[in-house]
Amino acid sequence: MNFQAVRSIYIFEMARFFRTLLQSFISPVISTSLYFVVFGAAIGSRIQEVEGVGYGAFIVPGLIMLSVMTQSTSNASFGIYFPKFIGTIYEHLSAPVNFLEITLGYVGAAVTKSLFIGLIILATAALFVDLQIQAPLAMLAFLVLTCISFSLLGFIIGIWASNFEQLQLIPLLVITPLVFLGGSFYSISMLPPLWQTITLFNPVVYLISGFRWSFFGLADVPIGISLLAIAGFTALCLGVIWWIFRTGWRLRT
Amino acid sequence: MAPIVSVQSLTKRYDSGFEALTDVSLDIREGEILALLGPNGAGKTTLISTICGITNPTSGRIEVGGHDTIEEFRAARSLIGLVPQEINLEPFEKVINSVRFSRGLFGQAPNDAYLDEVLARLSLTDKRDQKIVTLSGGMKRRVLIAKALSHEPRVLFLDEPTAGVDVELRRDMWDTVAELKASGVTIILTTHYIEEAEAIADRIAVINKGRILLVQDKEALMAEMGRKELRIELTEPVAEVPAALAEYDLERSEDGTALTYCYDTHAESTGITRLLTDLRGAGLHLRDLQTRQSSLEEIFVGLVTEPA
Repeated sequence: MNFQAVRSIYIFEMARFFRTLLQSFISPVISTSLYFVVFGAAIGSRIQEVEGVGYGAFIVPGLIMLSVMTQSTSNASFGIYFPKFIGTIYEHLSAPVNFLEITLGYVGAAVTKSLFIGLIILATAALFVDLQIQAPLAMLAFLVLTCISFSLLGFIIGIWASNFEQLQLIPLLVITPLVFLGGSFYSISMLPPLWQTITLFNPVVYLISGFRWSFFGLADVPIGISLLAIAGFTALCLGVIWWIFRTGWRLRT
Repeated sequence: MAPIVSVQSLTKRYDSGFEALTDVSLDIREGEILALLGPNGAGKTTLISTICGITNPTSGRIEVGGHDTIEEFRAARSLIGLVPQEINLEPFEKVINSVRFSRGLFGQAPNDAYLDEVLARLSLTDKRDQKIVTLSGGMKRRVLIAKALSHEPRVLFLDEPTAGVDVELRRDMWDTVAELKASGVTIILTTHYIEEAEAIADRIAVINKGRILLVQDKEALMAEMGRKELRIELTEPVAEVPAALAEYDLERSEDGTALTYCYDTHAESTGITRLLTDLRGAGLHLRDLQTRQSSLEEIFVGLVTEPA
């Protein structure tokens, strides 16, 4: 194992994050605050409690997931796409590193960044609503696992993309709608029966449900299923990345 | 002595069906400077990209330091430094951080003292903490070399190191290459500048259309393949080459005041003495004589334009 390589990629990527620290911080904090002002205070005050939890607090796990999923995807995809775009990828391809080491470096940095942003949003949310976290360790575990799995997905997107438009395409057209329709702002039990069934095909439902369970003990789907879903998604992404590096798809000619 | 790089029957065929390399075999000796000479599109970059692991070979085998580049890729790649043709650098990173990154990527523990030495050798000490985007093109090229040397490689590949740089920088680069060689690094450089190969290489490999046409010591190549020309200036112009001199295949200058005779220095007889006698017999009077060795460029053009 080339730990020096993992360390170097990680440090290099984190340096990019710290170069744009203000932008990395301010953007999620402002958008989260806006969500709370609109959904928590303006509209939320007129919405009754959801399964015994005030609406303002109810949306906190969904909001954190929304940011963490989009940030993980965009951080990891940009991290590996940028060396391809500027041509420095030749160094990675000619270095004595394997797929696991490159993935650990890039995905590790993307996970750190999005975890950081997730915790910032949690802290911001605590300023607006009274928060209770029933299972803090489970909350942290779900948060980390979501960061990892979506960073792996972003890493695949970054390797696949051959231009900036493609880089934005999947996050915009797939991830954001899935997150919005995955119970970020509502419990799926509030939907008509047919839509409840359809919603269960959305993998994000399982992640948000599990995460919300760690806060309030409320879940749309059993917690075990949520864990299985996230583990399966992570394994699938790892498998795809292993195949990419084995074949050199989109990397080696 | 075993070669430091050994390429055996390497073929690279792209998905489009284009064969960039055909059955290439090449041994590179430790400590030498090998110039890989060829016109644009000859397969030079594909060859070094395949050795360095950037391109997958279709068939064949490559060893670096005795290690197979596929089965023992870690050991093989650790020995190699690559300076690409394009200036590919992270623009907003500082020079030292970029060089540190390269060292770590190749599995070496941090060693700023060594990296500072490398930067000093490449006249980059005062640029150490500057962002790469602020550097000139020539300095950026030096940063690429510093990155390639950061992990103390034994073999350095320079892909068109002086493409598009001015004369002064080119000569600086040649000095740098000579210093690297003196420090024990084996250097393989691709170039289509003949003068570059002529100035710094120990051996020359000529590649064209994906095939290695020859690999030879530069001096021996020039001596073996070098033609010499004897230019004979006449006191009076001639309208045509006298029939008595037809066997010498002389070339008449446009104004008729000079005749050029080509000869092989390695032939049993150059024919010069006899030619001079026959010139006198034909009634021509000489004003001056000059000889000229053909350049590597002429040898190169002769090789790559020969029908396959």
